Amino acid sequence: MSTAATASHHYTTTGLDNRKIAIWAFIGSECMLFVSLISTYLIYKGRSRVGPFPHEIWKDPATGHVFNPILNIPVTSASTFVLLMSSLAMVLALAAVQNKGKPQRTMGDRILGSSKLWLFVTALLGATFLGFQAFEFTSFVHEGLTIKTNLFGSTFFTLTGFHGAHVTAGVIWLLSLLMIDIKRGLGPDDALNVDIMALYWHFVDVVWIAIFTLIYLIR
Amino acid sequence: MDHTQPHQHVDPAVAEAEGVEHAHPTWSTYWKVAVILTLITALEVWVYYIPSFVASRLFVPVLLIMSAVKFAIVVLFYMHLRYDSKLFKTLFTGPLILAITVLMALMFLFGHLHVGRFS
Repeated sequence: MSTAATASHHYTTTGLDNRKIAIWAFIGSECMLFVSLISTYLIYKGRSRVGPFPHEIWKDPATGHVFNPILNIPVTSASTFVLLMSSLAMVLALAAVQNKGKPQRTMGDRILGSSKLWLFVTALLGATFLGFQAFEFTSFVHEGLTIKTNLFGSTFFTLTGFHGAHVTAGVIWLLSLLMIDIKRGLGPDDALNVDIMALYWHFVDVVWIAIFTLIYLIR
Repeated sequence: MDHTQPHQHVDPAVAEAEGVEHAHPTWSTYWKVAVILTLITALEVWVYYIPSFVASRLFVPVLLIMSAVKFAIVVLFYMHLRYDSKLFKTLFTGPLILAITVLMALMFLFGHLHVGRFS
C-alpha cells in the first residue's frame, strides 16, 4: 500500500479504519439512547389520566367530547414502507460508489451504477418519511394531543421527535454527499465515507422498525 | 457490471488482520431482503386488524418476533454486520444487549412485565 493510500485510510492496530470503529461505537451509544426513550414510553404506557389515547376511544367527562384512537396505522404503515425502501436505495448507492469505473454495458447496469440516482432516491424517501411525520404530528395536535396533554403525548412526541431529528440529520448528510457526487464524483476511494453514512441511515431504519411495532402495533 | 458482486471494495488491512476473505451480499440479496422486509411489515399490519388474534396471547410475541427478524435482517445484510469484523459486532451488540436488559428490568420494576406476559 502506498503512503498516500495509507494516509487516506486511517488504519489502527486492530487493522480496522478508525472512522468505521467510531461510527459503530456511535451506533452502539445511540442504541442506548433510543432504548431509554422507548423504555420511558413503555413504562408510562396506559398511565395517562386524560385522553386522547393511542388505541382506545376516550370521552372527556367535562365536555362530553369523544376522542377516537389517535394512531393512524395505515399512514404509519406507508411511512414505514417508505423508510424500508430508503434502506434499499442506500445499499444500492453504496454499491454504485464501490463499483464506479467498471464497464456499464446495459441500461440496467447504468441505472444500478448511478450513485447520484440512488443517493437522490434515498434522500427523497427520507424527506417523504419526514413529510408523513409532519402530517401525523399536525393531525395529532388538531385532534387535541400535544406534548403537554398527557403522559402518552409527552413520551410519544419525545421518542418519535428524536427519531425524526435523526432522519433529518441523515437527509442533510445524504444531500451533502449528493452535492459532492455532482461536483466531483464519488468513486471507490470515497466508499468508506458513503459506507459510514449508510450505517447511520440503516440504524435510523432499524430504530423505526422497533418503534413501529412497540408503539404503533402493540396495544 | 457484474451483478453478482456489488461489493468489490475489500479492506486490505481487515483481511490481513483477520486472515480471511470477506464474503459480501449480492444485488439479488439486497432485493430479496427488501421483499422480505415488505412482506413481514404487511403481515404485521394484517395481524393488527384481526380482532381475535389481537385478543389472543400470541399477538404480542408474534409481533415482537417479526420485528426482531426485520431488525436482524437489516443489521446483518444492509449494515453488513454478518460479513464484518467481530469488533464491530461487539460494538453494536454489547450496548444493545445492555440496553435491552435495562429495558426488561424497568418493565419488571414498573409492573408491565410478568413472567410469561407482556402488557
